Parts: sequence; C-alpha cells; structure tokens
Amino acid sequence: MMQLSQDLIQRHQDLIEALGAETLKAMLQEMHLIRAFEERAEQLYMQGKVHGTMHLSIGQEATAVGAANAMQEGDYLLNHHRGHGHCLAWGSDPNRMMAEFMGKETGYCRGRGGSMHIADIESNNLGANGIVAGGLPIAVGVGLSIKMRRTSQVCLVIFGDGAANEGAFHEALNMASIWRLPIVFLCENNQYAMSMPVQQAFNIENISQRAAAYGLPGVTVDGNDVLAVYAAVSEAAARARRGEGATLVEAKTYRYKGHSKSDKQVYRSREEVRFWQENRDPIMRFSQLLLTAGLISEAEAAQMRERAVAIIDAAVAFSEASPEPDVADIMSGVYA
Amino acid sequence: MPELRELTYAEALRECLRQLMEEDERVFLIGEDIGVYGGAFGVTAGLIEQFGPERVIDTPISEAGIAGACIGAALTGMRPIGEIQFMDFVTLSMEQLVLQAAKVRFMFGGKASVPMVLRMPSGSGTGAAAQHSESLENWFVHVPGLKVVMPSTPYDAKGLLRAAVLDDNPVIFVEHKLLYKTKGHVPEAPYIVPLGQSKVVREGSHLTVVATSVMVGRALQAAEQLAEEGIELEVIDPRTLKPLDDAPIIESVKKTGRALVVHEAVEMGGFGGEVVARIAASEAFDYLEAPIRRLAGLDIPIPYNRRLEYHAVPQVESIVREARKLVRGEY
Repeated sequence: MMQLSQDLIQRHQDLIEALGAETLKAMLQEMHLIRAFEERAEQLYMQGKVHGTMHLSIGQEATAVGAANAMQEGDYLLNHHRGHGHCLAWGSDPNRMMAEFMGKETGYCRGRGGSMHIADIESNNLGANGIVAGGLPIAVGVGLSIKMRRTSQVCLVIFGDGAANEGAFHEALNMASIWRLPIVFLCENNQYAMSMPVQQAFNIENISQRAAAYGLPGVTVDGNDVLAVYAAVSEAAARARRGEGATLVEAKTYRYKGHSKSDKQVYRSREEVRFWQENRDPIMRFSQLLLTAGLISEAEAAQMRERAVAIIDAAVAFSEASPEPDVADIMSGVYA
Repeated sequence: MPELRELTYAEALRECLRQLMEEDERVFLIGEDIGVYGGAFGVTAGLIEQFGPERVIDTPISEAGIAGACIGAALTGMRPIGEIQFMDFVTLSMEQLVLQAAKVRFMFGGKASVPMVLRMPSGSGTGAAAQHSESLENWFVHVPGLKVVMPSTPYDAKGLLRAAVLDDNPVIFVEHKLLYKTKGHVPEAPYIVPLGQSKVVREGSHLTVVATSVMVGRALQAAEQLAEEGIELEVIDPRTLKPLDDAPIIESVKKTGRALVVHEAVEMGGFGGEVVARIAASEAFDYLEAPIRRLAGLDIPIPYNRRLEYHAVPQVESIVREARKLVRGEY
C-alpha cells in the first residue's frame, strides 16, 4: 500500500499541487460521507425502517467524488439508480437525502422518489434514473439546450457498464458527437450488470473503445483512484466547455455489495470481493496517499470517518423526526 | 362580408409553429427529415429556411434520442417540439416518454417540469399497411403525467398546438395523415384552443356521437345523411383525450338518451371504453334509452389491400348504420 501510494503521488504530483491540501482533504471527507451514508442505509433497511430496495455504491466512492469535483457550479448532473454517492458528492444535503430515502416529506422529492430517484433541480442535479441508460438521451437534450442558450455549462451523465449495451447509449453518443454537445459520458464500470459480468457482456477490453465508433475520444481510468477520475473528467469537461464536444470516460471500479437487497451474489466469489476490499479500496488508497504525502495526520484521517458518521447520525435523526407525506396530497405533482 | 381565410390542417400547424418560433426563441423543432425535406408530410416545410438548422434540427433515425432530447431540453429551460415521423415509430420512444417525460415531475416531488410537445401522425387510409398506420393514442392516455391531444380540424390544430406548446407538461400531439390536406377557416392571428375542452360540433336530439380525429368528419357526414331520415346526431369532439372534459358528453347523453363512441384505434382497450365508462358511471345513466355502443377499428393490424384497409376502421356508412340501429332500437 505504501509503494502504491508513492506511485500514485508521483503520477498525480501536478494535480496534488494544483488542488491543494484543503480540497484533497474535502474530497476524502466526501468519500467517507458516502460510505457512512450507504452503510447506514443498509442498516436502516435491515432494521425495517425503510421499504423497497436500494442500490449501494460502497466501493465506488472515488468515481463519484472524482467526477463531481471536476465539474463547476452551474453544470448539470444526470445519474443512475446507484446514485446516492453522486448526489452527496454533488453537494446534496445529507439530511434531505436521508429523508428521501426514508420516504419523508422533507426529502428532496417529498418522499415520492425514494432511493432510486433523488434529484435536486435547484443545484442542476436532474436526477437519478431507475432505467438503465434512461438518462443518456436526456443528456443529449441538456447538451442541446446548453448549446442553444450559449452558456458555458457542461452536462455530466453517469451510467453503468450495463447501460453501454442499451440502444439508448448508441443513439445518445452518436447525437452528442454529430452536434458536438458539451457532455461528459461517464461509464461507471463496476464489473457487473446485476449478475452479468462485463467479460460476458462485452467482447472488448474497455468500454471506452466504443467512443471511436462515434468519433468521440474515449478514455479508461482506474475508478478507484479518485485523482485519476478527477483528471479524466476535468479534461473531458474542459474539452466540452471549449466547444469541442463530448467524451466517453470509463471508470473501472467495483461494488462490494449486491446489486440490490435481494442479491445473494452467487455469480461471484467472496475471494474476489475481498481482493478488491483489501487491495483496491478507494478510501483506504486515498487516505494512504494523503498520509504518505504528509497532507493529513493519522488523527485527522480517523476523525474524518467519525465526522461522516456524525453527519449521517444527524441526518437519520432529522429524517426520523420528519413528517410522512400527507395522503390527502397524493395527487399533487403529477402535472405542472 | 370578407371571405374567411382557409388553410389546410398542415398549413395551420405550420403557421402555429412559425408564430411560436418567432415569439419565443426557446421554441425549437427536432425530428427526422423536418429540415430541407420539410417533414414526411410537409408540416415543417420552409421553416428551416426561416429559422436555420439550429432551431429546425434534423436528427438521425433515433426516436429514443429525439424524445430524450426534448426531455433534457425541456428540463433546462427550452420549449422543444419534437416530430415522430409516423406514430408507429413512437414505439421506439416509449421508454423516454412513459418512464421519463411522464414521471420526472412526480418522482422529483413536483419540482421539475417537462414542457415539451411530441407531434406525430396517426392513422390508416394511405395504403401504408401495418407498420405505418397505427393509432396508439390510448397507450398515452393510460400514462399519468402525459397529456394527449387529437385535433380534427385546421382551426383546432392551430389553436391546440399553441396551447400544447405553452403548457408546462409533456403533450402527445396526435395528427392524422388524412387530415393534413383538409381545409378550414383558420384566423391568422395566434389563438389558443385550451387543452381539456370538448366541443359540441353539431347539435342534435337523438343520439350523442363522441368521435375523435378523422372520425369527427365522418360522423358529421353521417349526421348529414341521417338528418334526411329525420335522425339528428349530436356530435362531440373531445379534442383533448387527456385530460378529458366529459361534462359536455354527459350533458349531451342526458338530452339524447343514446351514445355512440367512434374512433379509428382498435376497439379493445381503446379510448371508447373510457368514454362509455364515464357515461355509464354518470347521472346520464338514468337517461339512457339504449345500450352505449362503440364503433372502432377491428382488432387486426391495418391491412395493405385497399378494400381490406377501408373495412378495418369505421367509415361514414358504418357510422350511419350503427347510429340508425341505436335510434330505431334495432340493436
């Protein structure tokens, strides 16, 4: 781990200097916050305090944090069903996130959306999508709108490896390319589309290779290296902002938990999961990097986890004290 | 008296699009072959010359992409008007329309709006056979969050399209291929025909005929013939299928005591069932003197052969026949 940290420090030397200790620490703190949120979400589910299902992003925190931090104020986000982390990294309020997860009126979507559909329109977070690849055609419209309004915004759309095999992926990447739209297509490849391993679902090494078919640049990065994700998404966003069009970024990562609550994970071995946890954990790696670089102390690193848990404790308390939606109001919000 | 200006249905739609685009730069058009080609049925002819390719956007053949582009643009402050070349092809946009456009507002707690219109021509009668003749409007009627509009005249086409574009919700705007060349009075100045207002297009005392789209004209022709026999039809055009303004229908049935619903889409699971149910569940029930009947497309794909195609959907003579039976009690 020490050697890896040194390698990473060397690789990201310029970026580490450019971002500075405060930003780097904030990014690590966000990763802790996501993990604490997800762990509590699972716990609340086990306790019977939430119903439905959820898709946890534990193990994928670096992709969310790297990507969101690479974007600017006013940019747009569209993401997917495994989206808690993206929202938190985008700056969503953990209280309102948790309240939505618990189905409360104080949640981002007044309890109507739940885990899979958290959006915060005010911060241009246009929402998580329960349909695989559902957000990609919408991103095309956002890109067109940005172009027609002549702003310098960029749309970040995050989807999984499974989405890359939907027809919508093809239509959206082609349209984004022919119209040079300011979109960053971020494929969060966590190795499995539910139970389908990427090795079985694709006959190519990297999903980013598909970009070439659309005349777009494609790049694959280590999705568990927050700085690598940050660098790739920054470059793609800068390119989009310069009017040069879209990029397909593939971040290779790994989900530790099952696809959803009902997943018994018979399609992969415990050893495989353990290997990623022990060797490639994004939080452990980034902590180690900052420690090795002398940017945080052991004590600070430990406090980050505690601080994250405290924020989530408060979010749960806020949510538990929040009212349920009023049944008398069930019809509201269907039409403008 | 000055002569009333007449336009075709297609011209009325085009005039509405032009006026909206002149007034509001957020309005743009997107679809297949809508630019220099002018649209498969010519509705957008000439608009690219006036507004340029940035606002009259020709797309690849990507119907999910067209729908998604409308949704994304609408969510971020634009007023897109998409065109699906044939209503049949909207099957390729269904996920975006049903699971995205219709639901984002509700799913996100009422905080997002999707002010988009998707225009599409439906219907048979052109010999285009099974995959270019569908009437799928009731699929959309079944989806909360969407509005569904079906104009039957040039006047309504212009006024309803304007209302649809100014509406803050996703609107499925169903045109009919056979209506594009029909003519009628259309004022030049912009006007609105509000969504959700049924119209009594002919008054009569013996039978209420609720007809949609191309069937409105056929019902009126049937009414002319039956008037010679002393049978007076009251013809009502809902114009907007969702939201449905059923009050004039119910009032009418209270007056006539009889009702016939006519549409081109296949009968089973069609819009007529909804109208019949609303009448049956209303105070008009007590006034009924005959069973409520539907006359609709046969439960078959639209055939190619001209005779078969003709007989697959209601025609003037079948409306006459059915109306006569209901009024004379020969059912």
